[in-house]
Amino acid sequence: MAYLHFARNVLASMFRHPATTEYPLAPRQYQNITRGKVEINIDDCIFCGMCMRTCPADAIRVDRAGKTWEINPFSCVQCGGCVEHCPKKCLKMDTNYTKPSEKKTEMVFHADTPQT
Amino acid sequence: MAETTVIPFGPQHPVLPEPVHIDLEMQDEKVLRAIPSIGYVHRGLEKLVEKRDYQKFVYVAERICGICSFGHGWGYCRAVEGAMHIDVPPRAKYLRTIWHELSRIHSHLLWLGLMADAMGFENLFMSSWRMREKILDIFEETTGGRIIFSVCKIGGVRRDMEKGTLNSIVDRLTDMEAELRVITDEFLKEPTVIRRMSGVGVLSREDAIELCCVGPVARASGVVGDMRLIDTEGAYQDLSFEPCVATEGDCLARCKVRIAELFQSIGLIRQAVEKVPDGEIAALVRGNPKEEFFTRIEQPRGEAIYYVKGNGTKFLDRMRVRTPTNANIPALVRALQGCDYADVPMLVVTIDPCISCTER
Repeated sequence: MAYLHFARNVLASMFRHPATTEYPLAPRQYQNITRGKVEINIDDCIFCGMCMRTCPADAIRVDRAGKTWEINPFSCVQCGGCVEHCPKKCLKMDTNYTKPSEKKTEMVFHADTPQT
Repeated sequence: MAETTVIPFGPQHPVLPEPVHIDLEMQDEKVLRAIPSIGYVHRGLEKLVEKRDYQKFVYVAERICGICSFGHGWGYCRAVEGAMHIDVPPRAKYLRTIWHELSRIHSHLLWLGLMADAMGFENLFMSSWRMREKILDIFEETTGGRIIFSVCKIGGVRRDMEKGTLNSIVDRLTDMEAELRVITDEFLKEPTVIRRMSGVGVLSREDAIELCCVGPVARASGVVGDMRLIDTEGAYQDLSFEPCVATEGDCLARCKVRIAELFQSIGLIRQAVEKVPDGEIAALVRGNPKEEFFTRIEQPRGEAIYYVKGNGTKFLDRMRVRTPTNANIPALVRALQGCDYADVPMLVVTIDPCISCTER
């Protein structure tokens, strides 16, 4: 019977629920601290540029004069450094990842308009 | 006598998770000589250090490899901390040790799956990776990332773990142990698996020393070498453990060593959680590195070496990494000599090759 040592595990697997999630039918469960993508509350931003200087991937651009905050979500490495260093805590890490896109477009936020 | 033919193995091959090319000089079914070549995934990360702030480079360093990413981040941080004479708080050392040992479990489970896949044992492959998912879930809960953690920084760590979280990790690992034993017993007791691996690719102790092997490959040949024994930057000096060593030097011995290390890592995490002290998780970092420093760390695949040289600015002059796979490729070449062609995939997998690490 030594040859059938794994048979119990094989049989149990046949009657067990799948170990994988039936994505996309069942939504993926994220943890509270999952680093998905960076989001900004532009109304609280003071355009100090701390996030831009912290970003290891140079994915963030801040224009203090023009009051714009840009991020290239496809360059972002989701380290969370910008969120950690933001003095106004207007940046946060969303648990959902950036959706796929045909073009690697930048997201531009202006102090007056939420998103363009 | 039959003619000598050259069979190219890789860079694309079903058993290879990463691209390495080996020219096999064959006579009938026997390998006479193996000539490896790499260079398919070179990214020039060591050059990039001249253009990236040394604090930001932690995120680049941990992307040297996806499997031992925490170890690479930690190794780089240790080198910079040494060059800047930064004392890392004891709690940070313990947290780093816990994450590093979890990485070792995740890496060895991945390897067990790849090994089962190389043998054609699909169920065992999937079962090993199912267990690995549980470790990845722990990483996601504690660091926010499943593969790239971004928790190490110069001077300490970026995230703390509460007592409840630490205890829950130990509880889950304890629950995993029984399930893990079913999988590992299959590698160690199943006659077909033993017959497939036993006596294949024997590397003697003398060869392992001569070729400067590291990690489980060296330990499977009877070389008692584990950087954790002399590690002062982690919490290993406070934890009791013996290096896992085998003497046979074949594929089965390398498998045995990695399986023993799985359970050893669970034991180390248990000890570390009991002893983890309270206090700060990061030291204040001021100034830029001016000196050079060299450090060694025991990665899941073996000893990795990190060297940094500062110049007083925020950009380093030099960063060098010597990865375990780089040290183990000569051993693979030696083990391949005289083996059967059918054993080549098994032998390549048993050194746990990480070509991304090696090429950086």
